[in-house]
Amino acid sequence: MSLMEHVVRKALRLGVPFTVHVDLTYRCNERCEHCYLEHDDKGEMTSAEFARLFGEMADAGVFFLTISGGEPTLRRDFFDIIASARSHQFNVKLKTNAVLIREAEARRLRALGVEQTQVSVYSHRAEVHDAVTKLPGSFRRTIDGIRALRAAGLKVAINCVMMRSTLADRKEVAALAREFGATFTADPTITPMMSGDRGVLDLRIPGSELPGLFQDAELVGDVDSFCAPPAPVGDDDRNAVPCSAGNSACYVSPYGDVYPCVQFPLPSGNVRGQKFLDIWRNSPQMNEVRSIRLSDLPVCTSCAHVGTCTRCPGLAWTEGNMRGPSSADCEKSFYRTGVPSANMLARGLVKFPTGIAESALGAFAPGGRASLGLVQIAPLPLTPA
Amino acid sequence: MNTTYIARSSAVAARRLGDEMVVMSALDSTLFSLSEVAAILWEAADGRTPLEHIVRERVCSAFDVDEGTALDDAEHFVQTLAKHGILLVSHQPIEPPTALGAERP
Repeated sequence: MSLMEHVVRKALRLGVPFTVHVDLTYRCNERCEHCYLEHDDKGEMTSAEFARLFGEMADAGVFFLTISGGEPTLRRDFFDIIASARSHQFNVKLKTNAVLIREAEARRLRALGVEQTQVSVYSHRAEVHDAVTKLPGSFRRTIDGIRALRAAGLKVAINCVMMRSTLADRKEVAALAREFGATFTADPTITPMMSGDRGVLDLRIPGSELPGLFQDAELVGDVDSFCAPPAPVGDDDRNAVPCSAGNSACYVSPYGDVYPCVQFPLPSGNVRGQKFLDIWRNSPQMNEVRSIRLSDLPVCTSCAHVGTCTRCPGLAWTEGNMRGPSSADCEKSFYRTGVPSANMLARGLVKFPTGIAESALGAFAPGGRASLGLVQIAPLPLTPA
Repeated sequence: MNTTYIARSSAVAARRLGDEMVVMSALDSTLFSLSEVAAILWEAADGRTPLEHIVRERVCSAFDVDEGTALDDAEHFVQTLAKHGILLVSHQPIEPPTALGAERP
């Protein structure tokens, strides 16, 4: 076990909120077509309120702090807030579009001890990137910002959100990252808007494209291991918590609202009226989230993928039940391994593949209900294993 | 013998987690887990208090260890952390870093 795994597991065991994501603002200078936020300012916390919050978070044991937005550098007190965070010795990661970052800003971030920056680049083609951000010239400005960050000695992670319009360009974006000495991540996850609007999900890449992604060693590493059929799980796995949300991680909005995760918009308290630690420990919503175990999921517990699925309880909550399936992850598990999920079988979206024993698919029998359709895929004929 | 002063680098993240101290360098992302004794040294590293004084007053008073052994171990520890740039070591008192500049460039 690596030291990182050790400390993360220990934080989980001790109930410490080790990782917190804080958005400084929802305002943004871009209007990305897939964004889950509404960008009006509805009363952001002041720098003094953030300073008080950071003190409470440090006392609660927070170590990893992701600062994001909206575009956090839009705040006039942005550097005050970063300095305040660093004065509490958080490990600070900054998510930014880098449009406003030039040499001076990059040097300041380096001097403040920001450990890493993450910048989204949607394409190596300016016209494609700018079409996503709806900000003309944003590609050039973002690339200039990345160049300044690297020149200042900051680590940069380039993230490519893979959607219909950007999927074809991921290899070229990865090459761009290599050119800058940046790390590269690609993620096909598109989440519903925090308002509940699910229209942005139409931007998701079609499920039929997922097998191609999952066979790309540059993205997934060892393809054989990544795409291997799920192994049976033991009792320890079934008693495990499904993810860090509410267990060792949470999210705070610019307005002080606390949620289990940025992808899990379940209001759990507000730091303007409550202590951060009080919300973390005593919020009924947080306690409900942390009571979830893989063994008590009405559909997923019996799914063959239960031990390896990236099931997101936040996305499941947006579908109506935090203990239910998150359909996009069902699809990923299916297209990754060729083994249908219990949820897909229940909805009649796929048929039992020939050549795979029913027992290998879990105990959940395929249901006879009419399919309402999963979020993004159409049923595919399965290739016999 | 020269007096040794130690100070925490400003380019680190640090947090107590149960009985250990987790420290991470912002420069190279190296993660350290400090034991209870090492955590005492870390927390006392204010740049002004001599290492010998920290060992005598904070370590030997809390643990059953003789001062010479504890000081040897402490000096080895601080040199190790200094190599990774997360602890500053000097034979002169170390001025605290200038306030983390918050003015907008």
